[in-house]
Amino acid sequence: MKSHSKIACLLSILFMGLGQLYNKQIIKGVIFAAVEVIFIVFFLPFIRYGMWGLYTLGEKPQAFVNGKVVQGDHSIFLMIYGIISLALIFIFAVLYYLNCRDAYRVGRLRDEGGKPNNFIKSLKVMWEQGFPYIMLSPAAFFTLFLTVVPLLFGVLVAFTNYSSPNHIPPRTLVDWVGFQTFIDLFTLAAYKDTFLGVFSWTVTWAVLSTVTTFFSGLVFAVIIESNGIKLKKFWRTIFILPWAVPGYISILVFRNIFNAQFGPLNQWLKAIGINGIQWLGDPTWAKVVCLAVNLWLGFPYFLALMSGVLTGISKDLYEAAEVEGASKLQQFFKITFPMVMFATAPLLIMSFANNFNNFNLIYFLNSGNPVNTKYKYAGDTDILLSWIYKLTLDQNQFNKACAVSIIIFIIIATISAFNFTRTRSFKEEDMIQ
Amino acid sequence: MSKTGMMHKKKKTSLKQKIVRAFIYLILILITITTILPLYYVVIAAFNPGNSLFTTKMFPDRLTTDHFHNLFVKKDYGLWYMNTLKIAFSSMVLTIILVVITSYVFSQFRFRGRKGGLMFMLIMTMFPGFMSMIAVYLMLLHVGLLDTHLGLIIVYAGGAIPGLTWLVKGYFDGIPRTIPEAAKIDGAGNGTIFFRIMLPMSFPIITFVSVSSFIGPWMDYIFARLVLRTPSKKTLAIGLFEMVTGRQNTEFTMFAAGAVLVALPITILYMSLQKYLIRGIAEGASKT
Repeated sequence: MKSHSKIACLLSILFMGLGQLYNKQIIKGVIFAAVEVIFIVFFLPFIRYGMWGLYTLGEKPQAFVNGKVVQGDHSIFLMIYGIISLALIFIFAVLYYLNCRDAYRVGRLRDEGGKPNNFIKSLKVMWEQGFPYIMLSPAAFFTLFLTVVPLLFGVLVAFTNYSSPNHIPPRTLVDWVGFQTFIDLFTLAAYKDTFLGVFSWTVTWAVLSTVTTFFSGLVFAVIIESNGIKLKKFWRTIFILPWAVPGYISILVFRNIFNAQFGPLNQWLKAIGINGIQWLGDPTWAKVVCLAVNLWLGFPYFLALMSGVLTGISKDLYEAAEVEGASKLQQFFKITFPMVMFATAPLLIMSFANNFNNFNLIYFLNSGNPVNTKYKYAGDTDILLSWIYKLTLDQNQFNKACAVSIIIFIIIATISAFNFTRTRSFKEEDMIQ
Repeated sequence: MSKTGMMHKKKKTSLKQKIVRAFIYLILILITITTILPLYYVVIAAFNPGNSLFTTKMFPDRLTTDHFHNLFVKKDYGLWYMNTLKIAFSSMVLTIILVVITSYVFSQFRFRGRKGGLMFMLIMTMFPGFMSMIAVYLMLLHVGLLDTHLGLIIVYAGGAIPGLTWLVKGYFDGIPRTIPEAAKIDGAGNGTIFFRIMLPMSFPIITFVSVSSFIGPWMDYIFARLVLRTPSKKTLAIGLFEMVTGRQNTEFTMFAAGAVLVALPITILYMSLQKYLIRGIAEGASKT
């Protein structure tokens, strides 16, 4: 008995499409073969160049010959080419695998005495079986080139010396330096102090801003929803306003309200005889203002959310509790609070993660200022993310910025992993069948 | 406890309750003032006669609409507005299409690599966006999309996929499986089930995704700053930010006028879609 499956598979490994031709699926075979030809002719030279670039990051620096600039290799472009090459290789590998598998399967069908599908029928089968993959391909394409490749690039930059003033293409080359950037970050005094200082404020900030918004949202939701409070709709509408106004507008307005020299707040204080406070100029006050503004912006979101959760709690529970003689406080701690926590715990942790990276508030409110002279390129209210922003755009310390980004990722990923493994819906993920 | 005892207890607490209630109303009023005041301030600043932050009064002697006029005469405010509207709307449409399809597939189909794909997207959302900034810049430069609105639209839509997909997938998961299955038995294809049943049923979450994917680009400063160079391509966020971060704050009232024009439609939109948006958040909370 001939083994069509093995022969077809081997032929397809040899060259894409051969197995299909052997299986007498001419059109499919020609298409597969065309894919490989296109790959070899159009993509392979680029991939070869990209891989060389990724490995060496360029060998020839920019030079001056007879007073004229002769362009050398551009390390960073080469790195991008390298990563795109990797992505292309990945796509091609998947296609190659599919090609072999298809040849094998059709071959087996023939071994068993079946007749291979004609092209139209193959298309139909592919549409049915590959439906999920076909539908996902546009998003996958976008994600690959706008998220995966850039992030991979970011990760790789952390392991180079891509930074001002000595390693900025096209003038100079960039080299791989291994973990040197991370070592610098933790051993060079200026960077170490900045990192630790900014890091501890980031954590403090994330914890406090989450806790304040979450609990004030909860408390006010309970108050508004409780029996006997009139004008429920009015309060809800008013309190939701800060959520409805675009965030950056509010933050910029607050930036001006808290302006120590010209702002209205200090003018009012002066009117009642209090000397102006350096709201955004004093490190401690600036931090307080950040938290206060964030509370103003953030609590309506939780208020709205909790109101929804509260109305979802069955009234029977409270009636039963009342019959049993539970006080309002007991009802809150034994019914409301656990129910709300159950529904919103994942969101609480998500909010922590968001605040950890709440660039907009920090940057628009005060640009991370006041400047701290002990810090390297950072101010007192700078969180890690706004520090990264300054490192990248103002200081061109790309490798340091990327190294800090990786650290942020590790922190956020740890928190999220903890969160997700404990979330009900994640555990139930495949139980909803 | 006897019935009379309960009645008695209720009466006893009622005075205490009255005080508590008065206290509660006091707090509610205080919060109302703090909520309204900054908003009132920016609105009144927009109508204040002066130019600078310092001369802006809470209760000005007269009101003026000059600043609104100047926005269009002295600045290219109308142009910024159109640019922003165009970018935000286009990226919203693109995001919805991509996200709804992706999350529907992840929710309703079981296929190899599904869990891996979901995990992968989750991990993507945990990287700080800035990390991709340099590379996105370089890639747009290479494909000639730098300093174009199209480039920015693609960046926004692409970046929104991983996070929103998880949210919408959670919502789709909540729709009982028996509904599409019954439709399938009745002979409905993938397309019919999707367009006729699942899509109408997920209206709240789609509203939520639409609004948030519109607002994101509408308010974004970072990527707009990164991608757009030409002044005529500016977006509102950049224009407004530049007006108030200068040293002098001499354009504060004009900024206020601009801010009001930006915030008003969004605020109305949010308030009128409140129900859906909040339900969207709640769904996300219990399902993510």
